[in-house]
Amino acid sequence: MTTEVGSETEVKKEPEKAEQPPATATAPAPQEEPVSEAKPEAEPAAEPAAEPAAAEASAATDTPASEEQQTSESEQAKAEEKTDKKEKDKEGGGKGISRFLPPWLKRSKSQSQVGPKENAPKEGSVEAVKEEEEKEKDKKEDEAAEESKVDGEQPVQASTADQSQEQKEEVAEEAPPAEEAKADNKEEEKHSIGSADTQPAKEEKGEDSQEKDTEDAKPENGVEEGEEAKKEDEPTDKADTSILSPLRLTKKIKMVMCQVTMLDGSQFPCEVEKRAKGQYLFFKVCETLNLLEKDYFGLSFKDNTDQTCWLDPLKEMKRQIRNAPWNFSFNVKFYPPDPSQLTEDITRYLLCLQLRQDIASGRLPCSFVTHALLGSYTLQAELGDHDPDEHRTDYTSDFQFAPSQTREMEEKVVELHKSHRGMTPAQADTQFLENAKKLSMFGVDLHHAKDSEGVDIMLGVCANGLLIYKDRLRINRFAWPKILKISYKRSNFYIKIRPGETEQFESTVGFKLPNHRAAKRLWKVCVENHTFFRLMTPEQPTKAKFLTLGSKFRYSGRTQAQTRQASSLIDRPAPYFQRTSSKRISRSLDGAPVINVISDGSGPEGGKENGRDPALELSSDSKSADDKQKSQAVAAATAAQPVVEIEETVIVEEVRKTPKPAAASEVPEVQAMPSQEPQEAAKVAVEEKKPAREASISSDSESEEEAEYHPQITSVSVEQIKEEPEEEQEEAELNKQEPTPEPEPIAVAESEIAPAPVTVHPVVKDGTPNAKEEAQPVVEMVDDGIVEEEMMLTPDEAPNGYSASDVQGLGSLEEEEQEPRMNGDASHVETEHLPQVICCSEPPVVKTEMVTISDTFAAQKSEIATKEVPIVHTETKTITYEAAQLDGSGDGEPGVLMTAQTITSESLCTTTTTHITKTLKGGLSETRIEKRIVITGDSDIDHDQALAQAIKEAKEQHPDMSVTRVVVHKETELAEDED
Amino acid sequence: MAGLMAGFGNFTHAVVRAIPESLAKEALRMNKFDVDLSKAQREHELYVEVLKNKLGLEVVELPADESLPDCVFVEDAAVVCGDTALITRPGAESRRKETEAMKKALSDLNLNIVEMTDESASLDGGDVLFTGREFFVGLSKRTNQRGAEILADAFKDYAVSTVPVLEGLHLKSFCSMGGPGLIVIGSSEHAQKALKIMQQMSDHRYDKLTVPDDIAANCVYMNLPSKGHVLLHCTPEEFPESAKVFEKLKDHMLIPVSNMEKVKVDGALTCCSVLINKKTNV
Repeated sequence: MTTEVGSETEVKKEPEKAEQPPATATAPAPQEEPVSEAKPEAEPAAEPAAEPAAAEASAATDTPASEEQQTSESEQAKAEEKTDKKEKDKEGGGKGISRFLPPWLKRSKSQSQVGPKENAPKEGSVEAVKEEEEKEKDKKEDEAAEESKVDGEQPVQASTADQSQEQKEEVAEEAPPAEEAKADNKEEEKHSIGSADTQPAKEEKGEDSQEKDTEDAKPENGVEEGEEAKKEDEPTDKADTSILSPLRLTKKIKMVMCQVTMLDGSQFPCEVEKRAKGQYLFFKVCETLNLLEKDYFGLSFKDNTDQTCWLDPLKEMKRQIRNAPWNFSFNVKFYPPDPSQLTEDITRYLLCLQLRQDIASGRLPCSFVTHALLGSYTLQAELGDHDPDEHRTDYTSDFQFAPSQTREMEEKVVELHKSHRGMTPAQADTQFLENAKKLSMFGVDLHHAKDSEGVDIMLGVCANGLLIYKDRLRINRFAWPKILKISYKRSNFYIKIRPGETEQFESTVGFKLPNHRAAKRLWKVCVENHTFFRLMTPEQPTKAKFLTLGSKFRYSGRTQAQTRQASSLIDRPAPYFQRTSSKRISRSLDGAPVINVISDGSGPEGGKENGRDPALELSSDSKSADDKQKSQAVAAATAAQPVVEIEETVIVEEVRKTPKPAAASEVPEVQAMPSQEPQEAAKVAVEEKKPAREASISSDSESEEEAEYHPQITSVSVEQIKEEPEEEQEEAELNKQEPTPEPEPIAVAESEIAPAPVTVHPVVKDGTPNAKEEAQPVVEMVDDGIVEEEMMLTPDEAPNGYSASDVQGLGSLEEEEQEPRMNGDASHVETEHLPQVICCSEPPVVKTEMVTISDTFAAQKSEIATKEVPIVHTETKTITYEAAQLDGSGDGEPGVLMTAQTITSESLCTTTTTHITKTLKGGLSETRIEKRIVITGDSDIDHDQALAQAIKEAKEQHPDMSVTRVVVHKETELAEDED
Repeated sequence: MAGLMAGFGNFTHAVVRAIPESLAKEALRMNKFDVDLSKAQREHELYVEVLKNKLGLEVVELPADESLPDCVFVEDAAVVCGDTALITRPGAESRRKETEAMKKALSDLNLNIVEMTDESASLDGGDVLFTGREFFVGLSKRTNQRGAEILADAFKDYAVSTVPVLEGLHLKSFCSMGGPGLIVIGSSEHAQKALKIMQQMSDHRYDKLTVPDDIAANCVYMNLPSKGHVLLHCTPEEFPESAKVFEKLKDHMLIPVSNMEKVKVDGALTCCSVLINKKTNV
């Protein structure tokens, strides 16, 4: 394992670095001892300060904390690597939140599994939960074991920390970072806790060892914890869970063998990390092919309904293919309308191979004559001049020129082949393409649909726009410039049409797709094709722009304009490649290094990135495209990510009602945003009420997916960006019945009850997956359940047709997707802990999400475009999960306040405020505990973990209480790596 | 090596058919005009003369069939593109048999014959506008969706878009090709509307030449080896204003051809011949 890990880490290092720095920074803080020491110092200081401080405070922490700091010790280095991986994993699997969400949130899915597990002792429960999660996510048992180990470790830490509330808080904080801390802590913490020792060992040893260790650790932890109050244990467990997830990530080094079907029909086996993103495999394939002009291509796979889907390069493969086998196929994704403008013959050759497939399969209809003509060029390219001696009658039988090939056709092919004498393979390919490109269905991606009257039609997406076919007839066509908005909702697909000369109003045309997924797939293809063919540069990555509702999906690669520009810089001798009959394998035999594009370092990076960091890819792409600026941008992008600070606030609100459930008034949330540059703040407010009140949650049922894309191309992209996010927000709000104007205010809005000091278990979460990455997992969830996705892209086209446009709506989609997931999946953790309560009653959950994006630097965006300097945008997102209150009395009837307590603890990166209120309502005593955890750091915070942790803690601390409300508030400054 | 879709307007052969005497009385027409048979026949002879002698095409002249008063309008009986000939199923019952002679003639020219056997389909060649890159099929009184589908099946290389023909007999009653990428269009409202539809439906850009008279927009374009762009168009006697518009086409060899009599039975210039390129691509 160690070796593997090392290699992977190395590979990933570059991409990770960008992201990692932030994560690491937060991570160091969490460590127990160091944290406590560091706290006083660190608290005031923002992330930057925190990192160094933490590092100094605890030797273990320091190394991971700042990448800059050299990890002299191999172990530490390993630990860092692991943490990095973890972080990466988190990013990839960031959506894991759902796992951690209270069972009532998720309920439907995993109750059965949870039940038995829950029965297990608390320690075990945690593990079980994890396992369940894993199962769902296809995680391996090993990972679970690791997690369990983590749990063990955390409890130990918790035990130590429990002594003082502050310590507890620290622990919580530590929990997320714990992973890193563990690695670091190895030496330091070993003495304190056996588990701690094991952890470091585990990391080094590998998954197997880790599993064992975890088991060992568990008992140990249990013993230690046993004496301590249950409450303490609970929090610790929670902390553990948070920690666990990271550990999982680390260990997820698990490799999977992918099979990629190449265009020549050969199989390309490729081993990838299970968590790898699509682009990792894609780059591997391109590397193997020696392909530089790779932007026209993509990997596709068949989903469980046998529909062909494009593999999103920025998302984990695993989450996209789900249960499908790891079989992919390398295909042309964007058919260049003028193949003669491709720079390299090898690219044209691959395009030829794709077209031959398209023709043979019937996707690209041709006349008899065209079949024969194209076939003859194929023969010329593959076999060279016709040789009467060698090329006997049957030499054409190895080729398929048409879906149904007749003898007559083959004779015609041969006849034409003879006429091509002297033509080089490259010339033959060129001729092939020059003819194929004229075919009316060239590059048209057809989708089945029905029109408003239920008539079967086909929607064809191509470089120029959207084509509507009825049978074989084109009955309408919507060029991209005519389309104002592309959206889908459930299984409906809509396009809003720009009013014609004589029309005053926009019109919207709707189509019915077979199902929701088909609608989404069509929408995505439209977004991608529009971006690729109509825009100069792709919209900024959503994550950078906003945390919003809905899918953030958008085309992430280079546009055709960019790739052409990049191609013009290709400076390498034409790579040798072997043309073979389509049944044979063709690969470049010269072994020339793939990367020869001067400005484009993507080639080498591809391998290293391992698909982790989308931003990097973009940046690299941009470089090639725009030269200097791009290169700068790239650098900035890489640098920018690390810089991102994240504030995360986790608010846990627990309400205990003794006699009967009385509506609990919402507890005021305190926002402490210590971080100088708060980028993400996630607040999780968990209200716990008695289980009795809880009603079954229909988490997924009602949501639907929808998305919008406004293809508006404007020379100044900035403006659109601003506006659209807002629109999205509005829509999101509308959709979610309870929109909160501003994240923090929202939390505040909740009524405050007398605060009473209570033990607070702050949860700290380290490296958080990027919004995008997180979103990905969510998406999957969404698909399963019912989720609402709204996406909006507004492509406005400049008169000339090419101008940068920004897609706003896209970003929003991810968020929304996440939400559904939260509702549906999240509860696992809690379920385990509080199996009884959870299982029995699930409170209806109302989820509200508010997203506010304050684009302080909007004005600068234009600058960004030119200078390509990463700009920090502040994104604010608030997600509220609320259990329906059975008795409507809650807010309206204050009741009698018995006690109130407020506890505030701060650590380097975390500020935890706990309000405990006890009220008497109508003879019922209600205890409400509200926790607000503010996590500040410039590392990515795993919101899922934070949320899960908070919930878990709350559950564990107050098993007889129920979580009624969870508010996650994120405030993020995003560095934009725009081109 | 002629590639796919190369050589728009290149023709080597033409199929025409003589005017039967029954045309004067029995030919279908949208308006009640009296046709001077002899004038019409002279007119047609002139037309054939231009194709044969002036332009050097090999003209296949089919004999008139008195039972088929409209048989002179051969265009409606077949659509030829490349070396494929689609034998149509004319929308008018009385014209269905016109295809028989046409089919034989085209077979003799070694074209790949595709027949429209579906009895629910109807298509007149006059509703088919081939631009060199794609087909537009007018959905008219004579042509229906099914006919258009069969045409699309016959010419798989090309996009086939349908255009509603709200007024007039055929799509080409108010438009035609005046050159590569040049659509000649009448100025009537429905003609302009149809043009807009065609422009919207197309991935290609077309120039337009608007003529005041719809029927004058029907002209015959050819691109011949020794003559370059050739355009058979209306005479100044018939449509003086429209003729002036054509005269602005400086790059074309302009050949005014009288169509005064045949137009009375809704015959246009393109209606009277099926043009074929036997040296077709490949």
